[in-house]
Amino acid sequence: MEDKPPLNRLPPTPSGTDHPVVEPCQEAIATLYTFLDGELTPVRRAQIQHHLDECAPCFQAFDFEVELKLLVARKCRDEVPEALRRRVAEALRAEDVPS
Amino acid sequence: MVLGMADKAGFAEQAMPYMGSLYSAALRMTRNPADAEALVQETYLKAYRAFDSFQEGTNLKSWLYKILTNTFINIYRSRRRRPVETELDEGEDLYLFRRLGGLEAAAMGRSAEDLVLDHFTEAEVKEAVESLPEAFRLAVVLADVEGFSYKEIAEILDVPIGTVMSRLHRGRRALQKALHNFAEERRLSVPADLAN
Repeated sequence: MEDKPPLNRLPPTPSGTDHPVVEPCQEAIATLYTFLDGELTPVRRAQIQHHLDECAPCFQAFDFEVELKLLVARKCRDEVPEALRRRVAEALRAEDVPS
Repeated sequence: MVLGMADKAGFAEQAMPYMGSLYSAALRMTRNPADAEALVQETYLKAYRAFDSFQEGTNLKSWLYKILTNTFINIYRSRRRRPVETELDEGEDLYLFRRLGGLEAAAMGRSAEDLVLDHFTEAEVKEAVESLPEAFRLAVVLADVEGFSYKEIAEILDVPIGTVMSRLHRGRRALQKALHNFAEERRLSVPADLAN
């Protein structure tokens, strides 16, 4: 097994994530989405967080995914047409009319 | 009858604030403003009629989304002539990060991801989401746009939690690939194998 610098001393690379993916990194990446979705147990979350505190490339990857998730939320918004609001309100009122 | 009247007023007050997010979700589902409006209207009518079965104090948003989703599946899916499931074009994990992450970082001296992600237009993000096959699209919208938990999504879609997780994982990977196609068109990305 060749000598590798500790992960937290790897220089940043242009693509950002070409660090040797060793077991803790693989494990972190495998749980990336459950971590970001807040669905890990507190213990598990703390373990992954600990790795992120020590591994800059993994931290960058996670950070990117957080930003991407926020981007989707931000951009997938739409203005409700006033006409729709009116039509729905009218339709609900029409339900009240005794037949 | 006094109790009935109170329920109706209660419905409008509680349910109408969700119209914005329901409408957005309906647009992502139907990909068509006219259908989205009809879907939202139908959802509100159904919800109103069933409101006496709704348990106060439970999650109204979840309940409304379940009606929205079921209505979409029952009415709009059955109308389409094209096959329901199209093939999922997904990239590997961290697909977008491997191609966009770190871009300009050294030169700009700050996180490049923010800058690059900001470049995606609203139209591109919506189109990327809408390009996903339905099952995956629904999961991504419910999780990423509306912030539902896995459990809530499982209830809304009536599938096991494991299925939700799988659809989210694969759906997001496909979303990243779709977004990358837009970035490529505008030459924002560095091919992964040239980065070294």
